This record gives sequence, structure tokens and C-alpha cells, in this order.
Amino acid sequence: MATEENKNAAAGGGSVYLPLIAGWLVPGAGHFLLRKWGRGALLAASILGMFALGIAMQGKVYANAHDILDILGLAGDLGSGLLYVVSRVAGWGADQMQVTTADYGTRFIVVAGLLNVISAVDAHNLRTGRKS
Amino acid sequence: MTHFAAVVLFALFASIVFGITQRETPQRMVRYGAYCFVLFVAAAIVLSWLMFLIAR
Repeated sequence: MATEENKNAAAGGGSVYLPLIAGWLVPGAGHFLLRKWGRGALLAASILGMFALGIAMQGKVYANAHDILDILGLAGDLGSGLLYVVSRVAGWGADQMQVTTADYGTRFIVVAGLLNVISAVDAHNLRTGRKS
Repeated sequence: MTHFAAVVLFALFASIVFGITQRETPQRMVRYGAYCFVLFVAAAIVLSWLMFLIAR
């Protein structure tokens, strides 16, 4: 039976929060740090794919929040980490939804951020030994 | 892209993340991911028919 210390040692060195932060900033990076290459690649492909599809569908990238729904959308978008920063700097996405698919695209972008948060927390759980 | 294609892609990506993060062994990850995918798509089809029938 593995002790907590053994689990931590098996999960890799460095700060306990490094996989969490890396995973948030770059999709899949937390798992890559823990040498979970397959899981990391699948997570990165899924999150990047969902984000890219959202952008391709001219989804809205929230820049500011005027009401509660905007705040929730912005919080979801921020879950994408550096993807959100890059999309804001590069001017990707639409400011206003003008086509029918843009509503879907907006949801894709928000959910990509939320999935990225789940992925980063999973990397943290792997690092602490809570999950194997 | 059709609405159904968007639903299938959404279900695929979300199911992959759910499967990997919510289960521990690869076999259980695949099974849970497939379960989520089927539920996502089935729910979308059922709700779509319900909305279609309500709107008539």
C-alpha cells in the first residue's frame, strides 16, 4: 500500500501547484509535466479543438462584463489561460454575435475554458497523489 | 457546419475530457467517455424532438 509520500514522489518533483498553473495556462501542460503524455495530448487536442472551433464559428470572446451572464461567460473564457490572452491580443472571435453559428461558437469557447480548468485540477490531483 | 455536427463535436471533446479526468484506469476512462458521449448525443436528439413537437 503506497503512502502519501510515495505517491507524491511518484507524481514528480517541483511545486505542488506547478501542474495546476501550467495546466491552466496551456491545455495539457500539467499532465505533460507529470509525464502523462497520452492523457495530456488528448486533453490538449480536445480543449484546443473546441476553442478553435468556437473561434472558427465566429464565437464571441468576452472582453468585459455588463451583466451576470457576461460575468459568467468571462469567467469561463478566462479558464482557457494563455489561449484567452492570445485570442484577445490577436483579435480573434467576434465582439458581437452576427451569424447563427456564433452563438454555438461562444459556448464552445466558454466550455473549452471550463474543461481546461477541470483538466488543470486533474493534473493537480495527480501531483498530490489524490489520483493515480 | 450543421447543428448536429456541432453537437457531435461538442460531445466528443467534452466526453474525452470527462473520461480522462473523472476515472483512474484507461479502461474505465474509455468506458466513461463513451457513456458521456452517448448521453450527450442522445439527450440532444431527444430534446430536439421535444422542441420540434412543442413548436408544432
